[in-house]
Amino acid sequence: MSEAAVVVTGVEKVFGRGSAGEVTALSGVDLTIEPGEFVTLIGPSGCGKSTFLRLIGDLIEPTAGSVDVFGKSAHQARLDQDYGMVFQHAGLFDWRKVAANIELPLELKGWSKAERTARSREMLDLVKLPDFGGHYPRQLSGGMQQRVSIARALSFEPRLLLMDEPFGALDEMTREHMQGELLRIWRETGTTVVFVTHSISESAFLSNRVVVLSPRPGRIHSIVEVDLGERTEDTREDPEFFRTSTEIREALRAVEDGS
Amino acid sequence: MNGRRVLRMTLTTFLAMVLLVVLWEGYKWVGQQTGDRVPGTDIELRVTTDDLTMPHAKDILAELVSDIRDGRNTLPMSVYLLKKAWFTLQEAAIGFFLGLTVGLALAVLMLRWRVVERGLLPWINVSQTIPLIALAPIIVTWGRINDLPDLFSISLIAAYLTFFPVAVSALRGLQSPNVADVELMRSYAASWGTTLFKLRLPAARAYLFPAFKIAATLSVVGAIVGEISIGTKTGLGRAILEFAQRYAVFPERLYASVIGAAALGLSVFGLVSLVERIFTGRTREVVA
Repeated sequence: MSEAAVVVTGVEKVFGRGSAGEVTALSGVDLTIEPGEFVTLIGPSGCGKSTFLRLIGDLIEPTAGSVDVFGKSAHQARLDQDYGMVFQHAGLFDWRKVAANIELPLELKGWSKAERTARSREMLDLVKLPDFGGHYPRQLSGGMQQRVSIARALSFEPRLLLMDEPFGALDEMTREHMQGELLRIWRETGTTVVFVTHSISESAFLSNRVVVLSPRPGRIHSIVEVDLGERTEDTREDPEFFRTSTEIREALRAVEDGS
Repeated sequence: MNGRRVLRMTLTTFLAMVLLVVLWEGYKWVGQQTGDRVPGTDIELRVTTDDLTMPHAKDILAELVSDIRDGRNTLPMSVYLLKKAWFTLQEAAIGFFLGLTVGLALAVLMLRWRVVERGLLPWINVSQTIPLIALAPIIVTWGRINDLPDLFSISLIAAYLTFFPVAVSALRGLQSPNVADVELMRSYAASWGTTLFKLRLPAARAYLFPAFKIAATLSVVGAIVGEISIGTKTGLGRAILEFAQRYAVFPERLYASVIGAAALGLSVFGLVSLVERIFTGRTREVVA
């Protein structure tokens, strides 16, 4: 039995502590994520799901409790560059060509030019953009930019991929296509994924487990286990897919009603 | 830069100059017809149109090719001005790069420590309210005490003007990346310096180059004002000062030297624009 990918214990996050605008974003959160798992965080807006993700990624620090990643502190994991991050906006650097964007984390790790070029080629193949390495980001559509962003996050084979509504800005068709692509990449790389979304179907389609959060203060309301086996486009019409979606929807309704 | 753009720019510049000459001569002509009064009224024109106050454009242009004594030699005016401009350009160039370095350094310091920004930014703004004419003799006096050539003192005066737009714009540019970009670098455990060079500086380009262009023209202004206020032996400022004193005899010469100063300002502006194009020239074509 290998060690857990993420262990979150008794985490609380308070913003603006002691001020009039004090907000408890998260309270009493415990969660364990196994290596290779695909876990989705879902909840109404303001439930602290992005905060949760940022705590795991050590972009912010918890007020109380601890976050351990692969048996070390989240802080150490970030210093060890265990994280790949993808945000809602692709966040590509517009002065770098696509390939150079993918190579950015490799550059920071001190890879040689030849190694970087070889890897960015592999990654462009992986996200099915083999001919676009020499283009500038603004020459690409939103969906293509997001694929580059994923390629950049995966280029250095991070052990944990943190995704904050990465497909939120895409249209429905592109979004479903990207979901399929992401699952394919996830299977090929075997990385652990924590994925924030507010889309019920997206969470059901992608995950092994869906963590439903309640707002103010953010707590884990329930965890929905998803058992859809190998996903294909037919999965979206599978009765089990509907059943899972309904279960997530009901959990979200319960959250909204405050039960 | 493609040929078509160059052609269009040359054409518009030429047209603008023609328009200026037409306006100048038109005003002069109207004034001559009405005895320096606004047509149909008794109101006097604020600027009279005699040949001393407003020489003909053709006389000013002719002045540029006519001879002038420079020490023992006799030179065409344009060559004379070019020689003077070369001296001024050196002062301006040193001032420009000095101001650029100081401005960038200040911006980086202010970026690094909030307390420096809070403490320094108001003073940077105040610095520009001190009249250059008052500051110039002080700088030169200090320079002469320390055996520095006047050329360097004037460069310092130019730098005093140029550091300001660079510092202010650079700070804004360095602060321009959004939170997600900064967090991305943080997720790579990138150091502050790495984030500066890989993210903040490239992102600041759009803010820096307009500031560099302003700084380039200001460096010429600073150099000329510096020359005038301390009385150097050469340079465009010196030439302007001399011609201003002999305006009653040769009004065209002052105008010619002013054209020379404008041409120098435009040249450095163009030079920086060219560098900008090299650094930011990107295709805008969208493929998908």
